[in-house]
Amino acid sequence: MSAFLRNRGAVVGLVVLLLVAILAATAGILFPFSPWDMQGAPFMRPGEMGFLLGSDSLGRDVAAGIAYGARVSLLIGTVSTIVALAIGVTLGALAGYAGGVVDDAVMRFTELFQTVPSFVLAVVLVAIFTPNLTSIVIAIAIVSWPPVTRVVRAEFLSLREREFVQAAEVLGRSRAAIIFAEILPNALSPIIVLASLMVASAVLLESALSFLGLGDPNLISWGFLIGAGRSVIRLAWWMSVFPGLAIFLTVLALNLVGEGLSDALNPRLARRR
Amino acid sequence: MGGRKLARFLAQRIVKMVLVVLAIIVVNFLLIHAAPGDPASVIAGQSGAADAKFIAQLRQQFGLDRPLYEQLWIYVSGVVTGDLGISHRQQRTVASLILERLPATLLLTGAAFAFAIASGVTLGAMAARRVGTLTDSLITVLALGFYATPIFWVGLMLVLVFSVWLNWLPSFGMATIGVELHGMAALVDGARYLILPALTLGLFYTAVYARLTRASMLEVAMLDFVKTARAKGAPEGRILRRHILRNALLSVVTFAGIQAGQLIGGSILVETVFAWPGIGRLAFDALLARDYQLLLGVFLCTSVLVVLFNLVTDLLYAWIDPRVEAT
Repeated sequence: MSAFLRNRGAVVGLVVLLLVAILAATAGILFPFSPWDMQGAPFMRPGEMGFLLGSDSLGRDVAAGIAYGARVSLLIGTVSTIVALAIGVTLGALAGYAGGVVDDAVMRFTELFQTVPSFVLAVVLVAIFTPNLTSIVIAIAIVSWPPVTRVVRAEFLSLREREFVQAAEVLGRSRAAIIFAEILPNALSPIIVLASLMVASAVLLESALSFLGLGDPNLISWGFLIGAGRSVIRLAWWMSVFPGLAIFLTVLALNLVGEGLSDALNPRLARRR
Repeated sequence: MGGRKLARFLAQRIVKMVLVVLAIIVVNFLLIHAAPGDPASVIAGQSGAADAKFIAQLRQQFGLDRPLYEQLWIYVSGVVTGDLGISHRQQRTVASLILERLPATLLLTGAAFAFAIASGVTLGAMAARRVGTLTDSLITVLALGFYATPIFWVGLMLVLVFSVWLNWLPSFGMATIGVELHGMAALVDGARYLILPALTLGLFYTAVYARLTRASMLEVAMLDFVKTARAKGAPEGRILRRHILRNALLSVVTFAGIQAGQLIGGSILVETVFAWPGIGRLAFDALLARDYQLLLGVFLCTSVLVVLFNLVTDLLYAWIDPRVEAT
């Protein structure tokens, strides 16, 4: 913990992330109206008519869109990461613990998913299963699990030969107990680091999907705001600039936190750098 | 590497490649089946005659009434001979639509990749030579920034600055419409349209390759063979180029292979921003028209492109590192 707090970048990242979370939580208080509703004249510049960040082509408040969009980004980022972790940890634990044919099969399967262009696959999945919260989360999870499997497998391969695992086997503990209670807790630190970076890439992926019009049609999101501003960029630069800054800051903060965690959890590696 | 060894290496890679492509074709087939509305009901809907008998007849015509494994066989043998199905919206074969758009995408990704490798390796080598200086930290900060920026937003910001505010470069399409240009003039015109999309797609990888080159150069510089070269009295420039950079390039090439899929995925977004008439733009149009047959054709085509790109990086790796063993 103290190692993490000594990393200036990580602390800044954490603070930014907290601010984004607060913005998402208080969106309903700061902007007590639907972000889809007209609030004034269209194409107001930032600061005009009480629009902090300007208004869009239908007179909607860009700032409100960003605040409500934070909810969608954080929600999809975390939930899809949890789903991807569930898939990746299960497959990685299976491959690393069982070894042999199972390991081979799982790794070929993982390689296939790493070869396929992940963004194109995500686009195809969301398009076919119609864009909504569930299909977006599942599509992002399906293209994000392979690195988890690789990391977990590698950890399991080295941990399963250790004495404490052999002791548990001699004591007759069940296979599930050995995997989840003995080995997994010891493999946790690389998984945590990976997870924070995965949330970052999930936020980027979600924004790209909704930029292409593959967002949930009932939820306003950052990518959607940029997509809406694209065709009128000559008239209203603020419509695409500010939501992009929101994505940039959030993803940067998540990456900084991830790097901080990595340094704090692998002190040997940090000192070498 | 000897000729026979290289041939064995190539053969192994190609077998693996074919297996991966076959697996992707199967995945594609399953996705087509998951897509809403089979071709029969789409056509029936378009012709306005949606009675059950007509649809059943169409289903028989397309082989949709046969068991799944038989349909899979028909599909795989079709794809292998270049038949990717028909885009019912555009009334053309998917293969012809993709082939028509492919050169534009290859030009864009090729230009972006070449730019990223050249600028990334140069910047990374500069940073490694001046560790801890302003140049060095500037490159690290830039890389961190590009990791966090959505690529389509970078494109829009470049449009905003270079086409809207400065009016230096065009932001839309691939060539000036309505003018007949020849020779040099056509080339210059095309290059002006290429600059912004290629920069957008390439800048992210510039940052990635710069960081990678820097890290691996610093690592290689501490190895024994570099000390030996220095002890032998080899000139510093030669050590840098022949000993350090050449070995550091290995990790850059490996990484470039791993990221091929991302590069092509990114081109969908960049082509959408710049209305670049490649397969990415085709995929976007297919999305708008809910043309799943075409969308899945693009998916298959991009996957094959990635596999081919991986083969090229494998060969590059073998060329840079003569010790590489076929695995």
